[in-house]
Amino acid sequence: MAELIVYGIVLGGIIALGAIGLSLVYGIIGFANFAHGEFMTAGAYLALFMVTGVFSWIGIPDNTFGILSFGWRMVFAFPFSMAGVAFLAIFFDRVLYRKLRAKNSGPVMFAMSSLGTSFIIRMIIIIVWGSDYLFYRPGLMRPALEVPLGIKIRPDQIVILFIVFLLVGLLHVFLQDTKMGKAMRATADNMELALISGINTERIIIWTWGIGGALAAAGGILYGIDVQLHARMGWHFLIPLFAATILGSIGNIYGALVGGFAIGIAQQVSTAFLLPTYKLAVAFVIMILILLIRPQGIFGKG
Amino acid sequence: MILLKIEDVTVGYTEIDILHNVTVTVRSGEIVSVIGPNGAGKSTLLKTVFGILKPRNGNITLKEKHITGLRPDRIVRKGISYVPQVENVFSSMTIQENLEMGAFIRRDDYSQRLEEVFDLFPVLRERKKQKAGHLSGGQRQMVAMGRALMLDPQVLLLDEPSAGLAPVLVSGIFEKIREVNATGVAMIIVEQNAKEALKMAHHGYVLAMGRNVLDDTGEALLANDEVGRLYLGG
Repeated sequence: MAELIVYGIVLGGIIALGAIGLSLVYGIIGFANFAHGEFMTAGAYLALFMVTGVFSWIGIPDNTFGILSFGWRMVFAFPFSMAGVAFLAIFFDRVLYRKLRAKNSGPVMFAMSSLGTSFIIRMIIIIVWGSDYLFYRPGLMRPALEVPLGIKIRPDQIVILFIVFLLVGLLHVFLQDTKMGKAMRATADNMELALISGINTERIIIWTWGIGGALAAAGGILYGIDVQLHARMGWHFLIPLFAATILGSIGNIYGALVGGFAIGIAQQVSTAFLLPTYKLAVAFVIMILILLIRPQGIFGKG
Repeated sequence: MILLKIEDVTVGYTEIDILHNVTVTVRSGEIVSVIGPNGAGKSTLLKTVFGILKPRNGNITLKEKHITGLRPDRIVRKGISYVPQVENVFSSMTIQENLEMGAFIRRDDYSQRLEEVFDLFPVLRERKKQKAGHLSGGQRQMVAMGRALMLDPQVLLLDEPSAGLAPVLVSGIFEKIREVNATGVAMIIVEQNAKEALKMAHHGYVLAMGRNVLDDTGEALLANDEVGRLYLGG
């Protein structure tokens, strides 16, 4: 059981990275981005492209760091892929969502457009890489460490948790202590008043997409390192992402963090009682229960 | 000296015009009060000055420079601050952060201005770490005004500063408005509380059905029988 909780924390951290971005975008632009899971997939595959393609071509050595399953190639691919997906998210906002905002489109239009966006990204990935399961380092033995309480944990998973907390910590400092971060919170709080205060809200929206996209990419890569890559991985993350976002109150990034861990742990612990194929159903049931019992989420005001 | 001039402004939403050829002039250091019944277009006037609504016709100039139709985030850079009637604070942010957002476009060191705003509203200094959403109505109004004042604006636009406040707090807010004006800030105040608004006004305008009806000094309007009968409740 303790082991399942630890795995749940790892999965939860990955969900949280996606959920925070989803929540940020919802808080500022006010629509549910169904393509957010695909940003995770895109991040994972962009990193794959760098690790197995570009970096092998320019000759960065392929050896791994000791007991970890990745090396320098991944260290370079990680920020590159985050930046790449940040630009992808901003690109879709500029060519699509900004136009819908200008027309004062309703939430259904935004939801359907983002659903379309998710299909486009997923299909491009399937066309390029196919729909097989892929690994950053195929055929690598991935031994687990024994830690107290009989928990087996892979060194990769410790690094994954470290990166999750590092990214969340950086986001926290950005939002609390920088001028742009505060302006972002102000815009999420009251967009009209932000505009009145002279904040260029279109610029804030660009930053929001960029940060949301980058965090999603990080989540996707970490899932790829922890488990595997698949063209539908992000699509399957969509329900846990929404469950985490709603559980933690939509628009509240700290809530999304807590919600992510809660959903991740619930999904993993459920495998002690249920078939692992029901993991998604667990997230879905939690989401429905919150919507019925406390639709404003744990951190929302009644 | 004429600071802000609104000339023959016509504005509306989609098909219907709310304001018809409205003219209002603000001289430096003046309090200009705009009164009139509900639906007269008073708030619309402020939104138009601040660029939230685009006029169909007419000109708005600040120190003889055109600001007609500019976006709010441009107009605020010209030296006009606006306090909306409702939702005028960032409720999830602290008082200090609210004031910092008021100074968002300032590139210089505004710590002295922050102290001046705290001197004007000492209660905000005591509670600067508290979330604005947890404050009482009167204190929120102070945060809203403080935010707008962080820029050292030339003109302050106040939309119904006394709306929703308990009667005992209303006189306090008007007192604060006088204090702010004494520091040299010109302002347009839109008010339901016409008597109080005219008492402190250097100049007053009466709007009805989106048109200028009367304008005169505050005192003269208070003494005017018709204004008294129609807008001051006897």
